[in-house]
Amino acid sequence: MSNIPKELRYTKTHEWAKNENGKIRVGITDHAQHEITDVVHVELPQVGKKSEKGSPIAVVESVKAAFDIYSPVSGTVIEINSKIADNPELVNSSPYSDGFFFIIEASNKSEFDTLLSADEYQKTLK
Amino acid sequence: MNYIPVTDKEKQEMLAKIGVKTSDELFSSIPKSARIKDLNISAGISEQALIRLLEDKSKKNSSLKDFLNFRGAGIYEHFIPTLVEEITSRSEFSTAYTPYQPEASQGTLQSIFEYQSMIAEITGMDVANASMYDGASATAEAAMLSLRSSGRRKLIISGLLHPEYQQVLRTYLQGTDVDIEVIQQVDGITSLSKLKNFVNNECASVIIQSPNFFGSIEDLDEIRKLTTEHGALLIQVLNPLSLGILKTPGEIGCDIAVGEGQVLGSATGFGGFTFGFFAAKKALAWKIPGRIVGQTIDTKNRRGFVLTLQAREQHIKREKATSNICTNAALNALSGCVYLSGWGPHGLKELAGLNIRKSHYAYDKISKVKGFEPAFKNQLFFNEFVLRTKKNIDEIEKNLLSENIIGPFALKGFYPELSDCLLFCVTETKTKEDIDKLVAILGK
Repeated sequence: MSNIPKELRYTKTHEWAKNENGKIRVGITDHAQHEITDVVHVELPQVGKKSEKGSPIAVVESVKAAFDIYSPVSGTVIEINSKIADNPELVNSSPYSDGFFFIIEASNKSEFDTLLSADEYQKTLK
Repeated sequence: MNYIPVTDKEKQEMLAKIGVKTSDELFSSIPKSARIKDLNISAGISEQALIRLLEDKSKKNSSLKDFLNFRGAGIYEHFIPTLVEEITSRSEFSTAYTPYQPEASQGTLQSIFEYQSMIAEITGMDVANASMYDGASATAEAAMLSLRSSGRRKLIISGLLHPEYQQVLRTYLQGTDVDIEVIQQVDGITSLSKLKNFVNNECASVIIQSPNFFGSIEDLDEIRKLTTEHGALLIQVLNPLSLGILKTPGEIGCDIAVGEGQVLGSATGFGGFTFGFFAAKKALAWKIPGRIVGQTIDTKNRRGFVLTLQAREQHIKREKATSNICTNAALNALSGCVYLSGWGPHGLKELAGLNIRKSHYAYDKISKVKGFEPAFKNQLFFNEFVLRTKKNIDEIEKNLLSENIIGPFALKGFYPELSDCLLFCVTETKTKEDIDKLVAILGK
């Protein structure tokens, strides 16, 4: 059973988002890291990159496949987690904490509210 | 399924299906002059007679063995120890296809792993891929990598990068918005002062061949300082045999080292049995093209080999793949691997020394022939050099050919401003007598 923290919001494409006063912390869910197995590389966006909700913004690679990570909200990347560049296994061991991907400054605050709740995300996994 | 060849009726059906009347019409895009109507062989000839006929015809061909060859210009004649063919002709290697199934192809994977390790070792770089098609495509892929990793849109290339490599690079970049600036030569090397005018913070990389197309050794230390200042990558295109004696790209601080591997135990026939080698610094490992074989251990702690970083490859990452190259020149690379392991580090050094000594002997001798003089001041070179001549170049070529000598490469085709210059190549395959013979004929 994957861990789906109640306080986070989710996308159908398995990203999680946490609102920290308009700054949105983003990672991939416990379910996603299980599915893709051992993460070997993460290609992060550059700080300052602007992105649209739903557009590809990063890439996560496991032993056998590569997946796009989609921006849960529109905005500008203000921080990236460079720790996972050197230790990509953090995405597997700590998907909701040390293994986060980046923080994005939301340009449209209402977009966050349209993301899935934990319960809604749980239902998409069935 | 029967084995009866296609009948006339079936042929007609097939032609009708694709909408043409005759097979001539089907092949109409091939010029008539290039088509053979009928082979000049009588019908009903016995196998024995046929073999004899074909053998007689094939004697009209000649190979490099029938000539004394002093031409390099990208593909080089070197002695190939018997060891190389002995190993590469083993059916395990010559029939093996793409090693996607590691459990079934450990030997192939191990040979590629060892090849990569040797390329990394001789170039002094951190990582090498399993090989590419040839030196030109490896160079173009290196340029692409520099664009990808930097996000910049400008390349600076030396005008002394092999002209055909320049063409391949332009083909790769067709339809993109990448600018290519070509830096002209002065005295047989890339002009450092001109280079300084063009390197800036928008350049993804500077691509320099050394030894360059004229055979000259470039001052890469100076160029490295310049690229470092502006955050551009330095890509060296090189002859791997020269590494027996010259500073390695690793020592120079290059970011990517590429080149043609034919000199490492592959034949020159039909334009060369080529493979490109590609080595880079660790920081670029994730983005290098082609495949990489890695070493690991299995669940029982036994050493094993796998294709690694596969997620970058075309068959998985599709449109996000690092490169559209999806195979490598495995058998030719294996020749390189066997060749390098056969010589060993000491042998490679000796071999490089022989190339230097013999070519410099020829340079000194020909420079003294009436009508010849060095084209550049103090050319520093490995096994190729340029001389200027007052003589008629077509006549020189004709005279040499009549003595079964393939003479130097005339630069006029690629460098019209050097229409009186010849590029000579002398490798370890030439004896003093061979060189003296060349000198004597040039003096006539």
